[in-house]
Amino acid sequence: MLQKLTEKIIKTLFLLSTLCVISISFFLLFYVISNGIRFISLKFIFTNPQNMGLSGGIFSILVGTMVISILSVFISVPLGISTALFLVEYSKETTLTRIIRFGIESLAAIPSIIYGLFGFIFFVIYLRLGWSILSGSLTLSLMILPLIIRTSEEAIKAVPYRWRIVSYSLGANKIQTIWKVVLPSAAPGILTGIVLSLGRCVAESAAVIFTAGVATKMPTSAFDSIRTMAVHFYILVREGISTNNAFATGCVLLTLTLLINAISYLIVYRFRK
Amino acid sequence: MNFKESWIKSFLGGISFSSLIILSLITFFILKEGIQIIFKVGVAKFIFSAEWAPLENKFGILPMLISTCIVTLLAVLLSLPIGLGTAIFLNEFANPKISTVIKPIIELLAAIPSVIYGFIGIQIISNLIRKYFGGSGLCVLNAAIVLSIMILPMLVSISSDALRNVPYQYKEASYAMGATKWQTIYHITLPAARSGILTALILATGRALGETMAVLMVIGNSTQIPKTLISPARTLTSGIALELGYAIGDHRRALFGCGVVLFALIMCLTLTLNLILRRKEKTKYLF
Repeated sequence: MLQKLTEKIIKTLFLLSTLCVISISFFLLFYVISNGIRFISLKFIFTNPQNMGLSGGIFSILVGTMVISILSVFISVPLGISTALFLVEYSKETTLTRIIRFGIESLAAIPSIIYGLFGFIFFVIYLRLGWSILSGSLTLSLMILPLIIRTSEEAIKAVPYRWRIVSYSLGANKIQTIWKVVLPSAAPGILTGIVLSLGRCVAESAAVIFTAGVATKMPTSAFDSIRTMAVHFYILVREGISTNNAFATGCVLLTLTLLINAISYLIVYRFRK
Repeated sequence: MNFKESWIKSFLGGISFSSLIILSLITFFILKEGIQIIFKVGVAKFIFSAEWAPLENKFGILPMLISTCIVTLLAVLLSLPIGLGTAIFLNEFANPKISTVIKPIIELLAAIPSVIYGFIGIQIISNLIRKYFGGSGLCVLNAAIVLSIMILPMLVSISSDALRNVPYQYKEASYAMGATKWQTIYHITLPAARSGILTALILATGRALGETMAVLMVIGNSTQIPKTLISPARTLTSGIALELGYAIGDHRRALFGCGVVLFALIMCLTLTLNLILRRKEKTKYLF
């Protein structure tokens, strides 16, 4: 009897903790979106910020965020896929690959503020790129590299070994097999990783605030400073410039990151069949 | 043809080293900027002096170090029971169909930008703390609560993977001997999944340790050692982010010194994790 009661109580406790996590998630989304959505209009999205964000919209911020995120993904993807190909297709588990893996794991563990410090001292000051889109996206590309490597590696590993054998038996060599068989069937998995890292870039603030700067003007070249949306939101909130614009920007930022992640889920879901 | 193959192999191999090269570049440049000032001030004084007054050339990071440890520990302590409880519920009690719906929702929490969490901390948690505990609301407790929410998805997803990987035979054997569900979880499933749960714990600690913007927004940024949980403080990360924008000369180097300490802490965690995982690999077949 007592035992049954204990079981019940424990199950209820676990259920409560699950409900707690779920309600936190929904509350967070609901709070930001319901408070922000009434300040969002087409005008808000398509005008540039004025008076440090006191009035106007977020157009240049949106463009800057897109440019910097897409550029970092473009820099990181070739490196990431090549590394994953080498680890899965061209090497066995040796001391060498163990060292490479240690490097990747360490990069994944480094917090974004350290990437920010490094980007600031290396790209901004040492390479004299200044606060610019280029410095920002180079820094971000280093930050997302471990994520891209890991997801590509998993995708490539998931390609059945038989398919490679069939390709070889048809007379294809290793490169042809990788190019025509392995990569196409690993493509959805790799794409998921790319979309996820795009989301990481959009959400990031500590690594870009000291490398891409805080300028609100529309960028005209890769050497212009820009302010990403997360940084813009941070500045609006912290300096208390405009609560309405802060809520609206937060809402757009949250919706954008959720949308990007939803896309990655869709890719996984669609290709699992 | 063979020549081409080996050429491609070495090309890809060369690229694979890029992550190692990046890691060494980061280590080198952070150390180069930061280590000099640590030795100039004196290692002991830099770490154990409680005075941080960059204008008077006083660089002691003890308050930031203490706050960092308190906030991180508190966040993990708050988050662990809820996270682990959720993972156990999803794996052992809930209908699998429900779990497959709930897991992505929890993972979605991980994708939310940290500035949004900071915003929630300012808008909601600070009001609650002000109301029930007093103070300004921007304090150590607020930072710990915000962080504990941020590390939840990581704890839940990694420990639930660990629980799922426990062979089903273990549980069946336990049930066959008449153990109840909770007895099985407590005596069989949790011990068998302990290295995975430890991994989740270490990764979550690392995440809490390194989080910057959310903490910066809610912790109040005082340079004093916090006396109570509702006093303002600053962590290593928030201290760096707060001052890097305008710091020059020795002040900037001291901020990189904070970076060195943070980097060292994170690397310790990574190495510990590596050791645990390697030991697990060796003992995998002994169970």
